[in-house]
Amino acid sequence: MAAVLEVRDLRKSFGGIGAVNGVSFAVHEGEILGLIGPNGSGKSTLFNCILGQLAPSSGEVRIDGRPISGMRPCDLNRLGIGRTFQLLQVFPQLSVRENLLLAGQEHAGGMWSRLFGPRDAGLTAAANRMIDFFRLAALAEERAAALSYGQQKLLDVAMAFMAGPRLVLLDEPAGGVNPTMLGGLRERLKAINETGRSTFVVIEHNMEFVMALCTRILVLAEGRIIAEGAPEAIRNDRAVIEAYLGT
Amino acid sequence: MRPKSGTDHVFLRAGNAKGKRGLSLILLFVGIALLIAAPFGLKPYGIYLLSLWAVMTIAAIGLNLTLGYAGQISLAQASFVGIGAYTAALLTTQGWPLGAAFALAAVLCFVVGWLLGYPALRVAHHYLAFVTLSFATLVFLVLRNEEWLTKGVYGISGIPRPTLLGWSTKAPQDFYFFCLGVLALASIAAWWLLRSPWGRAFTALRENPIRASSLGIDTRRYTLMAFAIGSALGGVAGVLYAPLVQFIEPTAFTLGLSFNLLLMVIVGGAGRFFGPFLGAAVSVLLPEWLRFSEGLYLMLYAVFVMLLLAFFPSGLLGLAERLGISWPRSSKSAT
Repeated sequence: MAAVLEVRDLRKSFGGIGAVNGVSFAVHEGEILGLIGPNGSGKSTLFNCILGQLAPSSGEVRIDGRPISGMRPCDLNRLGIGRTFQLLQVFPQLSVRENLLLAGQEHAGGMWSRLFGPRDAGLTAAANRMIDFFRLAALAEERAAALSYGQQKLLDVAMAFMAGPRLVLLDEPAGGVNPTMLGGLRERLKAINETGRSTFVVIEHNMEFVMALCTRILVLAEGRIIAEGAPEAIRNDRAVIEAYLGT
Repeated sequence: MRPKSGTDHVFLRAGNAKGKRGLSLILLFVGIALLIAAPFGLKPYGIYLLSLWAVMTIAAIGLNLTLGYAGQISLAQASFVGIGAYTAALLTTQGWPLGAAFALAAVLCFVVGWLLGYPALRVAHHYLAFVTLSFATLVFLVLRNEEWLTKGVYGISGIPRPTLLGWSTKAPQDFYFFCLGVLALASIAAWWLLRSPWGRAFTALRENPIRASSLGIDTRRYTLMAFAIGSALGGVAGVLYAPLVQFIEPTAFTLGLSFNLLLMVIVGGAGRFFGPFLGAAVSVLLPEWLRFSEGLYLMLYAVFVMLLLAFFPSGLLGLAERLGISWPRSSKSAT
């Protein structure tokens, strides 16, 4: 099966310190890949290098076999790559619906048609479906700033899926979400993965969440991959236990 | 009493929103009626001030777009008013119609504004302020030193007021209504723009450009657009300013005017559609209303502005919202 995302010998240094030290892996269509590792292991830096927020020091990133190094984040998004950030990144002054319309509008028509076309860019129905799917209907007209942290997190994730991306990189989607909401979030991600054949890469510290959601897991420590495999194998891997607990 | 259900809550909120919208529309119509009736009881100087308010409001709408909505600071708006004013002065004194000056000034300011936007792709905040400040100085020096084109410090006089389809706008009252008409057109265009997905993209650019970019928003293009359109509106204001005062010289377009326009946007409420209208009223009209205090009027004005911004940094419209008065909004505020 062709790889949707291929990372080859990616490195990123800040000054003399290597945050990512020669990481290579591939993600295949429909896969949910978990990326775990202790704090400071280079997970978010790796995401930022893949998605054009940071320029890698060396190495290559390919989407569907096509090199994407040097591409801007907005162009990558238009290629069908969505993402969420470690910290909440909703637009607090916009309503829930407006946040979702914003997340999809650049995929609907050209710049001039967006100026002279309808205010909702023809996305109200799609936004409403997303609102219902993430159970945000009662909050649709509320400003995002008025939502609880967990609700904002749901909105943040919903925004990443608004444009129907093929590949989504989720940076700690479960962080700060209460256990009740967490189960719902996991089910929704699974449902999108199964029905939309979307491919995910998920950074997460919540082991229960990541073990239940992901089909394969990569473990990063000090910028290197130290283990790779199915959730059960990773759970019992000695190198992983040492990386988390120390020796 | 039966507790309110979720549905009740939604209906109550919808009813409340409807009531607020109704109040906003009433206030809007009252405002328009007042603007139409205002010149009839005023002397020429009063009408001149109202016309100046309309002109400065257009320039402030442009700056509000760049600063209030898109979050890009500019201290060069006076330069675009100057470019527009000189375009109008040079063309109309040579017999060209004012319409040609509007078209040329808008295009010229759009292009120059677009180019000025490039530094905003690299720097932000006070660094960007200094870039635009340098540009403002450059434009002032061109206006003052290039006498072959601008007549330098001697300025350009005898700028005619236009005649439109047989309607002469020579009289102060007629020219005021002409300014009001242009303000109405500029406002409708700005409202349209800010209600469109572009307005949402500008807000995203201001609030979180990194996230905006990750959602496919071409932050580079929208930043340049925000500068270009805001500058073009500055140029349009300048085209009206020249026939209003009928004599222009470079000192009218220095940093002082840029700061004044910035004040209008901030005092009215940055990122609020009607902010520039109120801000321009405060900046143009309030000092005149305070003249009863004779030598103290500028001091009173300064104290008013300081107190307002110290206690209500979101401006007059922010204050109105705190008091529960909702104004029609094209997009979301900058506060």
